[in-house]
Amino acid sequence: MTPLPVSIAAAIASFVLLVVVFELIRSRRLRERYALLWLLTGGLLLALSVWRDGLNTIAGWVGVRTYPPAVLGALGALFILVVLLHYSTVISRLSDQSTILAQRLALLEQQLRERG
Amino acid sequence: MAELAASPSRPDGLLARLAELRRLAIVPALNEEECVGRVIDEIREFDPGFEIVVVDDGSTDRTAGVAVDRGAHVVRLPFNLGIGGAVQTGYRYAFERGYDIAVQVDGDGQHDPAQLPTLLGPLLDNQADMVVGSRFAVGEGYRSSFARRLGIRLFARVVSAVVRQRVTDTTSGFRAVNRRGIALFAADYPHDYPEVEATVMVVKQGLRLKEVPVAMRERVGGRSSITAFGSVYYMVKVLLAIFVGLFRRHAFPYEEAR
Repeated sequence: MTPLPVSIAAAIASFVLLVVVFELIRSRRLRERYALLWLLTGGLLLALSVWRDGLNTIAGWVGVRTYPPAVLGALGALFILVVLLHYSTVISRLSDQSTILAQRLALLEQQLRERG
Repeated sequence: MAELAASPSRPDGLLARLAELRRLAIVPALNEEECVGRVIDEIREFDPGFEIVVVDDGSTDRTAGVAVDRGAHVVRLPFNLGIGGAVQTGYRYAFERGYDIAVQVDGDGQHDPAQLPTLLGPLLDNQADMVVGSRFAVGEGYRSSFARRLGIRLFARVVSAVVRQRVTDTTSGFRAVNRRGIALFAADYPHDYPEVEATVMVVKQGLRLKEVPVAMRERVGGRSSITAFGSVYYMVKVLLAIFVGLFRRHAFPYEEAR
């Protein structure tokens, strides 16, 4: 069982994350498309901090007996990897698109110049 | 909604009043080479004075070519922006060129331009700033999958509560707006799947919304852009957007209608 002060601190931290994400969407600095992932993460963290026996239970499911928090570390690392992979695909698409934009613009400028 | 049924019965007067206005049909199209030509023809059949702008959202077929051949104005987006970005391109076109009225007609042929009088009536009578053609305002008659109908009904409930007005079809893309609506959408339009959010936005901005009953056709060609996984994402995303939208200050500065 997680000590109560740790649980409370974790719950507050997850709640702050949720509030920050919400404010970012509201002020239009984060699109809903990307916000869903972060809301899900915040929700999951909040659930784990409120469900004080959760970490041990989940560790039991996957057979980790010696040090249950290792499960959290492994899951966190996996999550970060997936997010990074996702960002790589987003960046690839954006750079393809900016190439297309630059080419279109250059062709348009060239047309305009030739018309005088 | 009884008075709505009366407007199509006087199409001649309607056409005469329309003739005084600069009017634009915005046709978003993605790979609709089979349908877009017919859509253009049908809009002209209703009223030859409609200017038509086809927004080609990165098609890989002859959509743009077909539209150019029929004499429509064609805006080709350099890559796919999604329906929200494509439609807003049309509204920016309408705003910059000073159109008085804009109607949105899907390039896939599911919206029947013969129903435009129903859609335009309340705008001409100055009863609304945006008129939406609803498949459900009168009875059933639109067949669709169970999941889709469930989603449509859920959105109708949520949106009706938020805008404090009965809304039956929030996902319809068959809409008409006046100059105020054009100005608003040119300045601000939702991403991805925009119809539901745009409905909420219009009311929150103090514009008048009105639904009128229309019948829609089965898709003639092409295929729906919404997949099974997409529809779950769609529901969650739109509900989130509506929820967050409730906390936005809706004093969005946009140029007053002239």
